[in-house]
Amino acid sequence: MAAAGWAGVLVPEEADGSDMGHAAAHVLAREMGRNLTVSPFLSTAVMAATLLRQLKDPSSNGKLKEIAAGELTYALALDESAKFSPENVELTAEKRGNGYILNGKKRFVIDGCDAERILVLAKSDEGLCLFDLANTTKGLEKTPLEMIDSRDAADLVFDNVELSGDALLGAAGSGYDLLKPALEAGQAALAAETIGLSEAAFAQTTDYLKERKQFGVTIGSFQALQHRAAHLWCEIELTHSAVLNAGRILDTAPDTATLAVSVAKARATDTAQKAVQEGVQMHGGMGMTDAFDMGFYMKRARVAAEWLGDYGYHAGVVAQLRGF
Amino acid sequence: MTTAEVERETGGAGFRREIRDWLEANCPPEMRDGASGEDAICWGGTSWVFSCEAQKIWLERCAARGLTVPTWPKAYGGAGLTRDEDKILKEEMQALGARSPLDSFGIWMLGPALLKFGCEEQKLHFLPPIARGEIRWCQGYSEPGAGSDLAGVQTHAADQGDTWLVFGQKIWTSYADKADWIFALLRTDREAKKHLGISFVLMDMRTKGISTQPIRLISGSSPFCETFFEDVEVPKHQVVGTVNRGWDVAKYLLTHEREMISNGANVMVSGRSLGAVLSESETGLSDPVLRGDAMRAEVDTLALEMTLERYKDQSEGGQGVGDASAMLKYMGTELNKQRLELVMAAEGSNALTWQDTPASSWLRTKANSIEGGTSEVMLSIISRRILNLPGYETWQNSFKQKKKSCCPRPPVVSSQNPRQSPDCVRAGCGKALRPRALAGNGRCRMGRRACPRGG
Ligand SMILES: Cc1cc2nc3c(=O)[nH]c(=O)nc-3n(C[C@H](O)[C@H](O)[C@H](O)COP(=O)(O)OP(=O)(O)OC[C@H]3O[C@@H](n4cnc5c(N)ncnc54)[C@H](O)[C@@H]3O)c2cc1C
Repeated sequence: MAAAGWAGVLVPEEADGSDMGHAAAHVLAREMGRNLTVSPFLSTAVMAATLLRQLKDPSSNGKLKEIAAGELTYALALDESAKFSPENVELTAEKRGNGYILNGKKRFVIDGCDAERILVLAKSDEGLCLFDLANTTKGLEKTPLEMIDSRDAADLVFDNVELSGDALLGAAGSGYDLLKPALEAGQAALAAETIGLSEAAFAQTTDYLKERKQFGVTIGSFQALQHRAAHLWCEIELTHSAVLNAGRILDTAPDTATLAVSVAKARATDTAQKAVQEGVQMHGGMGMTDAFDMGFYMKRARVAAEWLGDYGYHAGVVAQLRGF
Repeated sequence: MTTAEVERETGGAGFRREIRDWLEANCPPEMRDGASGEDAICWGGTSWVFSCEAQKIWLERCAARGLTVPTWPKAYGGAGLTRDEDKILKEEMQALGARSPLDSFGIWMLGPALLKFGCEEQKLHFLPPIARGEIRWCQGYSEPGAGSDLAGVQTHAADQGDTWLVFGQKIWTSYADKADWIFALLRTDREAKKHLGISFVLMDMRTKGISTQPIRLISGSSPFCETFFEDVEVPKHQVVGTVNRGWDVAKYLLTHEREMISNGANVMVSGRSLGAVLSESETGLSDPVLRGDAMRAEVDTLALEMTLERYKDQSEGGQGVGDASAMLKYMGTELNKQRLELVMAAEGSNALTWQDTPASSWLRTKANSIEGGTSEVMLSIISRRILNLPGYETWQNSFKQKKKSCCPRPPVVSSQNPRQSPDCVRAGCGKALRPRALAGNGRCRMGRRACPRGG
């Protein structure tokens, strides 16, 4: 991935990236969704890269180079409850001399076991602060989670984790402002991955409709199934438009992308749920086995639905931005 | 490319300024209220009564510059704009709140079909009066026995040498009583397979033998009619495209009709968010279930708008979006019905009277998923033409299986004058003819189907 320039898709050229932009990153994410590719792409190449490139300092530049070269991976420690709510932070950062002491918990940290570095938002007297620490830092305990999609995730406990002052990214109190563009980039890329997943699940389903025979005919000749498949195609088309739109706006006017990103993530979440549920149902008993990938799509779609904000979270953002 | 990028490359910024100045100088103040509902539409035609002098002036000024049909060639009354220029025009009109100067079936349906299938004389003869709003067209597709199964039309055109002799009946003909001309699907070959015996024919509504009868809708208005043809003589050169190949023209026109309906469905709330509108109701969006439904509708509305834009960008030179119009129509109309359901729910008992309430709009949206092909038909089109799922028997074999009617002419029946003739009177036939329900005002039932000439 690094050799093909994928890891550096959002890394600036001066840090050896290919800097192809969000729409290009979405093309990759969509393919990964289709193939159920397990990769730190979203956490590292999309979110960490988007975050670090805002800082424009030598240290961040060094990290971006490593990301582009495929030598450094990141995880974002975001959630503290069962639902995504990035601004509600209980984990504390207490100023001690030049550095900070972190105490608290983060849950459902995607790539939390294997990523070499962790980005974490903490509450301090100066407001929300964003820290960048090695996953081997003393006092950081990781509990691996046995995820339904078999991917890397962990719960993290920060027990008197001592950090030096340079672990703080940007100014104290500006943590969420730094994090927000990275979250939006991640949400949009996750939407792209999810639409890829929906398309693949749908293609497999329509193939099955043309192949499986019952009552002497292919099951795809039953109108009850045809109309459900056609409806699903319509849903996928609308969602695809929303994902393309989000990529375009992130590349041209990122400061105004929140609405576009939330429409894309909400739609992608919803469409994938429909695609995998219909997929399993239309495969009959076969859909309940691992003979086809449908079950894997379903499990991945469920995790992707919760990560970085579920349908309700993003529909809420949309409602707020649209004046209600 | 974004519009801004296009402007940089094509000099669109100059075009934008030119259009903005022109609109500023020419759009009357009364036509700048941004209204787009049924009451604001200018349909044109010889019997059109302008709502005010400004509406007339606005139409004339736009027509003189080709701006009623901006993307049509100049020779046929258009302005020859590209899609990007047209987009700039639309944006500038929206910014000014300018009303559309003219909307008609001529512009949205017949025009594109004539541009593709008409001969040069037909284009030169019929298109400019559409562009100027002088001639209003109606659509004679549906018949009592041919709705979703449109290729089953029976209204017959008998070959008489230089003319056709047309006999039969259309139904649900929107604005037939106000239109000057009709484009209709007529059966010109009864022996051929059903899709291969239809011609697309243009007729002057004043021709002897054509009459109309209005039907009332559940929303209280009466925008459509039954249209009767009793031995109507039509010159042969009024066929568009090849005789017996009218189905191709018909289908192409339908893709444009579906696009028009999906655009129309979206226009009703464009600019303002549904949630913001609902919040202004007496009790606002305090009900969590209503609020949740409104949020969902908002997300879907935005995604649909993005899709309409994407498809328009993809479709070149006004050719339309083809089979995907079925998707736009289906999603757009179903969503629009849902939005008006939410409006009714938010308004509560305030919406239950006729005066100044959304009640009639709410009822009218129910037709969106029927007119221009039902939602079910849209889904069938998608499943066959886009997903390539196997066609179902009824669709393909219905013609083969259908016994040929003994009656040489299709029956003419009317809600007003049901003719009592339950059986076919032809010697040896005596087949019972089924009664048909007429959905018009939901009350009256159609009379019995009759064989008018006694076989
Ligand atoms: C407001 C309004 C304006 C109209 N204006 C015009 C006009 O200007 N000109 C014109 O020609 N027509 C017009 N129509 C007619 C319209 O095109 C028809 O009503 C429509 O095509 C449906 O036909 P139908 O009413 O005969 O319903 P039917 O075909 O009888 O359908 C009844 C039900 O059966 C379902 N159905 C039918 N076939 C199938 C199938 N194969 N598979 C699954 N379900 C099926 C339908 O979806 C529907 O739910 C208008 C209709 C309305 C409501």
